[in-house]
Amino acid sequence: MIEARGLTRTFRSGGRPLEVLKGVELEIASGEFVAVAGPSGSGKTTLLGLLAGLDRPTAGRVIVDGQDLDALTEDERARFRVNRIGFVFQTFHLLPTLTALENVLVPLELAGKGAGGPAHSPREARARASVLLDRVGLGDRAHHYPVQLSGGERQRVALARAFANRPRILFADEPTGNLDRETGARVAQLIEQLNRDADTTLVLVTHDAELAGRADRILRLEQGRIVRDGRRPADGSGS
Amino acid sequence: MDSFPVRMARRQWLATLRHLGVYMTSISVGVGALVALHSFRDDVVRSIQTENRTLLGADVRIGANRALPDSVTAIVDSLVASGSDAARVTGLVSMALADATGRTRLVQLRGVEPGFPYYGRVTTDPPGLWGALAQGFALVDPALMAQLGIGTGDTLRLGSAGFEVAGTVAGLPTDVGLQAATGPRVFVAQERLAETGLLGTGSLSQHNTYVRLPEGADPDDIEEAHEEVLRAARVSFRTPDEHARSLTRSTDFLADYLGLIGLAALLLGGIGVGSAVNVYVRANFTSIAVLRCVGATRRQVFATYLLQSVWMGLLGSVLGVVAGLVVQRFLPLLVRDVLPVEVASSISPGSVVFGLVLGTWVAFIFALLPLLDVRRVSPLQTLRVVAEGRRRGDRARVWAVAALGATVLTLTLFEAPSPRAGVAFAGALAAMTGLLWLVALGLTRGTIRFFPRRVGYTIRQGVANLFRPGNQTVAVTLALGFGVLVVGVIGQLQRNLVRELSLEGGDSAANMLLFDIQPDQEAAVVALLGEYAVGAPEVAPMVTARLDAVNGRRVTAILADSLDDDRPERWTLRREYRNTYRAEMKESEALVAGEWWGGGGARPDGEGAQRDGLPRVSMEEELAGDLRVGVGDEVTWLVAGTEVPTVVSNLRSVDWAGFDTNFFVVFEPGVLEEMPRTSIVLASVPGDDDRARFQEALVRAHPNVTVLDLVTIRATIEAILSRVVAAIRMLAAICTAAGLIVMAGSIASTRAQRRREGALLRTLGARFAQIRRILLSEYVALGTLAGLAGTVLSLGAGWLLTARLFGMDYRPALGFAALTWLAVVGLTVLTGLVSGRAGGGGTPLQVLRAAGD
Repeated sequence: MIEARGLTRTFRSGGRPLEVLKGVELEIASGEFVAVAGPSGSGKTTLLGLLAGLDRPTAGRVIVDGQDLDALTEDERARFRVNRIGFVFQTFHLLPTLTALENVLVPLELAGKGAGGPAHSPREARARASVLLDRVGLGDRAHHYPVQLSGGERQRVALARAFANRPRILFADEPTGNLDRETGARVAQLIEQLNRDADTTLVLVTHDAELAGRADRILRLEQGRIVRDGRRPADGSGS
Repeated sequence: MDSFPVRMARRQWLATLRHLGVYMTSISVGVGALVALHSFRDDVVRSIQTENRTLLGADVRIGANRALPDSVTAIVDSLVASGSDAARVTGLVSMALADATGRTRLVQLRGVEPGFPYYGRVTTDPPGLWGALAQGFALVDPALMAQLGIGTGDTLRLGSAGFEVAGTVAGLPTDVGLQAATGPRVFVAQERLAETGLLGTGSLSQHNTYVRLPEGADPDDIEEAHEEVLRAARVSFRTPDEHARSLTRSTDFLADYLGLIGLAALLLGGIGVGSAVNVYVRANFTSIAVLRCVGATRRQVFATYLLQSVWMGLLGSVLGVVAGLVVQRFLPLLVRDVLPVEVASSISPGSVVFGLVLGTWVAFIFALLPLLDVRRVSPLQTLRVVAEGRRRGDRARVWAVAALGATVLTLTLFEAPSPRAGVAFAGALAAMTGLLWLVALGLTRGTIRFFPRRVGYTIRQGVANLFRPGNQTVAVTLALGFGVLVVGVIGQLQRNLVRELSLEGGDSAANMLLFDIQPDQEAAVVALLGEYAVGAPEVAPMVTARLDAVNGRRVTAILADSLDDDRPERWTLRREYRNTYRAEMKESEALVAGEWWGGGGARPDGEGAQRDGLPRVSMEEELAGDLRVGVGDEVTWLVAGTEVPTVVSNLRSVDWAGFDTNFFVVFEPGVLEEMPRTSIVLASVPGDDDRARFQEALVRAHPNVTVLDLVTIRATIEAILSRVVAAIRMLAAICTAAGLIVMAGSIASTRAQRRREGALLRTLGARFAQIRRILLSEYVALGTLAGLAGTVLSLGAGWLLTARLFGMDYRPALGFAALTWLAVVGLTVLTGLVSGRAGGGGTPLQVLRAAGD
């Protein structure tokens, strides 16, 4: 599903090169739930950005769903993301000028004509967006703007948006990082549930031990290298 | 087409309006000014066209600055014989003396024959008095009554005749615009004009014959039929259509120049839009990154934001058009005095469409540059702060800049009265913007570097706010500074002109010019002057002449030859020359080419005056240029019916600026002495009372002598100047308003940031008063910077215009500059406080929470 080969990313910092990722090798199978953990500055977010095609590696390759991301242009990668990849962010990143429903509509509309995915009629798109909001428990808040929602509600809208096009992969960057424990747990549960329902591959960066504990596999990054790749026992007994 | 951008733009329009709305009104100001001007011009042109016969007063006007020659009166007679009506109107400049009060005034005297005007109505007070002229009464301008201190029934002395004033003329449709400003008018019957004795030699007179043609006759046919005679007689032949065109030309000219200022306001608005979109795009980087993250292409995101900007531009333009149409309604009231006709306002669809298209396009083209940044936003920005990419080598940016330049140039060419003026204006605009930008940049940089660190915290914080990330300080300084610059330059120019007019200080400076003095009056006038004047009066003989031939070619032949590209300018051939003769050059003259007649003394025997058998003349260099003659060329004059051949022996430059007796053409002595001549006298009579008494004594003794009182002339010029300046100043105010709106928009667009900062400061324990002081310092600093930039440049531009263009002494009006500066600081603070106010509400917690997303 996702393959990273010799992934290296160097930034220039204060005139000196700073190697954030140092030749990461990684394979993630379809349907897997992977948590990426590690201290600040270990390269977690950089890895996520590269796997999602938001950034280009300095060296190495990322192959997603059989597609070498480096072979695509900026816009081709955008098209690629529309139909295959969903995102959830720590700071939610809803479009503040759109209502909850309209936020969920964005990927559905982008997947329309020309993007090669399943085209929705405007009516179908709205119906699907409503269903998604219902599923995250926000059916009655569809016409609220982000500022009118609490943090947990915003993250649930973001989840509905992430799953709008039934992505094969969901990337999440500290999805519970800005939420209190209880709300975070609800969101984590929701992510897991949506993952199960749609058989989506999940890659999430987290500091949250409880959330990481739900994953099939935990990658630990330190100073740009994977220092541990631990799988949960297959019996699913959990933490 | 992809419908995603359209849908996104539509959903966000309210939010866009909140962020960009204020800014877009900066487009409205320029659009409004242009729509108002264009519609108003259409109104004026239409009104003049429909009233053209009334404005001319007849179907044909034949005129000359001397009595019409027999060949032309024969044409008029033949027209009358075939059913036309004709009326003569003779105009001349004369002194009027009020018997009752002894006061005098230079007036425009009109001798009118019954019938004139054939179209339109003359309004008098008391009403219905126009016919009283035929009974020998005089009608005068209301202003003259006040100036002379007389009333109805009093006697007015004009030349050697007395007239009883029957009333005033309130409106004469043929006298348009500023004509009345050159001197109050006195109307009398044509048949009584001879009694005044003023139609003698040397007086400035205009002889018009107005003709009403029978129904269906075409004035153009008559002109064509008599073309040769009319041209040979050098008279003007004017039809209502031509008259309307010439009247519209001056309106067009004015509208064109005002249009350029309106355009400047619009372009200023464009800068505002660019600045606003810049802030808007920056504030939306995260949203843009999110869109890119969830799969929108760069093109889709770019199109979304472009649509939003264009939509705002359209909205701003609609607002501008509405405002423009309102202003159009009120313009006629404002400039009624200088308009030839009553102007009826009507909506001009062309102007409306023009305003909408222009405003939207300018918004689009100025938004384009900052919008290009949208394409560079990386989706990675959702995860981390990404350093801004490089801009070099971006081809789209090069194109956008080119399109912007092309737009500005096209618009100025379109608005300007001539392509040259358009290019010059565009160049000046670019230079001023560039300079202003540099000054603004230098000042802001200087403030960062040199602002004292010791001042209190609130002031330091306020000044530091000007340089917060994403600040629009330079753009706002530019926009505001531009307004200050325009206001400042006009102020500097006006003040220097007025000073120049009233300079010439000291009691000994000449302030009275007497002309039309007959040879037998000269001694008596000089003697009279001796009682009042300081110093010896300067007397110069004056002989009127017409040009007959240049290098052997008759003037009529030159005028008829339309193929000659290097033909002399018409005015040089047709004018009536008032020449003088003297032995010496004057201080105000300088030799440019050739030699002055040697020895410096006159040679009364006449023999020495000969060279190549011809008398010598000296010609002013610009006249010689227009006449296409140089040293050694032969010029033949017609003086009182006698041909006087001469040779140009030298060219002079003349400083016309002084109040002095200067002439285009000076003859050597010994040629014109026996010709019919008059004299002009230049003298200095200090003291208002002495001047009044002298004029009364002079007019009583020598009624035909005309007096130009420099003090009165100055007052007239200042009055005209102030009217013109008022119109320009209104547009300068519009420019300043546009600048203030740009600033208001800039403050409004950073309102969210300000609120967050305010909340943070309050959380940290700042009191409201402290936050207010921070804001106040910020606005004061901004106003100071913009005011300084604009004022510095206006002083420079003022010098350029007065010293270089007008060749006058430049003395910067520093008081005015300081006042403008202060006013700008005040306005900036006011605008800032008003437009920032809406952001003050809410507890710190609310603000900080809302800022979370």
